Amino acid sequence: MNDQIARIRALQRPGEVHRDAYVAPDVFDMEMKHLFRNAWVYVGHASQIPGKGDYYATQVADQPVLMVRHTDNSVRVLYNRCPHKGTQVVIDTQGNTGKFFRCPYHAWSFKTDGSLLAVPLKKGYQDTEFKSSCAAKGMTPVPHVREYREFIFARINDQGPSFEDFFGDSLSSLDNMIDRSPAGRLEVVGSPLRYAHNCNWKMLVENQTDTCHPMVAHESSAGTVKDIWERQEEGTKKPMVVELALPFMSSYEFFEGMGIRIWDNGHGHTGVHHSIHSDYSDIPGYNDQMQAAYGKDRAAEILNENRHNTVYFPNLMIKGPIQTLRLFKPIAADKTLVESWIFRLVDAPDKLLERTAMYNRIINAPTSIVGHDDLEMYERAQSGLASDGMEWVNIQRLYEEGEGDEPEQIYNGTTEAQMRNQFRAWEKFMLMSMEKEGTS
Amino acid sequence: MTPTAQDLIDFVYAEARLIDERRFPEWLALFADDGMYWMPLEWNQQDQWLTTSLMHEDKLMLQVRVERLEGERTFSQKPKSRCQHLLQLPQVDEIDHENGVYRTYTPFHYAETRFDEQLILAGWARHQLCVVDGALKIRMKRVDLVNCDAPFRNIQLFV
Ligand code: FES
Ligand SMILES: [Fe+2]
Repeated sequence: MNDQIARIRALQRPGEVHRDAYVAPDVFDMEMKHLFRNAWVYVGHASQIPGKGDYYATQVADQPVLMVRHTDNSVRVLYNRCPHKGTQVVIDTQGNTGKFFRCPYHAWSFKTDGSLLAVPLKKGYQDTEFKSSCAAKGMTPVPHVREYREFIFARINDQGPSFEDFFGDSLSSLDNMIDRSPAGRLEVVGSPLRYAHNCNWKMLVENQTDTCHPMVAHESSAGTVKDIWERQEEGTKKPMVVELALPFMSSYEFFEGMGIRIWDNGHGHTGVHHSIHSDYSDIPGYNDQMQAAYGKDRAAEILNENRHNTVYFPNLMIKGPIQTLRLFKPIAADKTLVESWIFRLVDAPDKLLERTAMYNRIINAPTSIVGHDDLEMYERAQSGLASDGMEWVNIQRLYEEGEGDEPEQIYNGTTEAQMRNQFRAWEKFMLMSMEKEGTS
Repeated sequence: MTPTAQDLIDFVYAEARLIDERRFPEWLALFADDGMYWMPLEWNQQDQWLTTSLMHEDKLMLQVRVERLEGERTFSQKPKSRCQHLLQLPQVDEIDHENGVYRTYTPFHYAETRFDEQLILAGWARHQLCVVDGALKIRMKRVDLVNCDAPFRNIQLFV
């Protein structure tokens, strides 16, 4: 364990991260065993399982889990593993199991809180110690589950902070996304885009607050939109897609002025003062609905908050003003699956959902040109890190003394402070359970 | 022009060939001004607008793609991707001269390659064609992938 602690500590020096944090399989294994078990990881949204017995299967860390709506209407998160011989109890991503799960192998059944309901030919266990076996307990629940305004998070380890301490004021970004519904509720719409990247999950997460890349890496896509748009006849109505794509070509000054806020535990967001989402056209009727729901002042307060990307450490990003959520699922040191989800603002005009769906497919799809630009950079970086010519990655941009000293700090929008913030949290959550284990 | 079944079939083959030969501006010209290219994300997806698709693009967005593919700073096309369509004989689903609606159904296999990586896709293309100024044009090309819900890596050209 002390070896592991030393290994992790050696991967950072001020403003620099060792490439092994991105490429080494042993570090990835430690991330799965420690970091992803000590942190609160996003599982899913309650609207995916509206009815009793509805379930959705996913992963937390490297663990197959499912979330299910129990008979008392609460959301439970269970390891997707039969206590008998290990068979995954559900194999499809979502469905309804009725009042109980039934393992397809030998028909053991479990209530939707995981507890064992029945075993066929029960008398075969009569003269055994079955009752005191771990199998008799049924499907194991993930111990720490928290539903926050229908967003469901889980923490696997007992170490690690409470939900409130972990997220602190960063929940204001989730709040803003939800409050944009006149009903104060979101609903997941459709399936997520699934995009396979041959790079480390942290490259994707870092890129969410990398404000020095859009005008460079996306010159090919957003820049072409800009070229073509500028060739249109004057007076042409600006199509929605142009409105969404053009801000990617904003100047350095624009991104500097956006600002970046960092919070404790690796959370942070771009777009403190304004963002690339600030200047979308009004959707007829929406403002009135918001004012009716919240009153004029509160409605304006909600709609004037145009945060760009909010990173929830370790592997979640949301865009409040456009109602998208991206989950960066780690598969291996050099493999990440990105899921991009969209939400409907309950009671808001459909036009908003149309914009959200368009944003998702033009930016986040494996068929999207913006996605092509980004993937190319991540994978070139992953390959480049194999070079022994230099072992360190630089994240020094706009470093200031005292970063991370306060629970919340605001900086120039082109700082790499949020990446440094993530790496401070990375070390903290990696070591947390190692130190506990290592005290002997 | 009153297209025959053979005209429709020839059109579908010629369209795929233009893509395979990377003659993208000529390919783009096959679309009617209000033409759309749609690749749903879900099996049997009905909704074009209010849910996510892999692609759902009008001629403007397609033009962006076409120009981008040849762009000086399009790093994901250095080196360029290549692709190949293998089409089954298109089936003519509808010929309606009165309303100018022509529909075909074409099962396909598609390969796209860049560097050492080759992606193979299979699915069905549904063309809805119309006649504009005496020539067949695409009003809607719908491409359903048999594994539409799978995690993909980059798909950069046109299926
Ligand atoms: S493995 Fe599940 S009942 Fe036997
Ligand atoms: Fe990007």
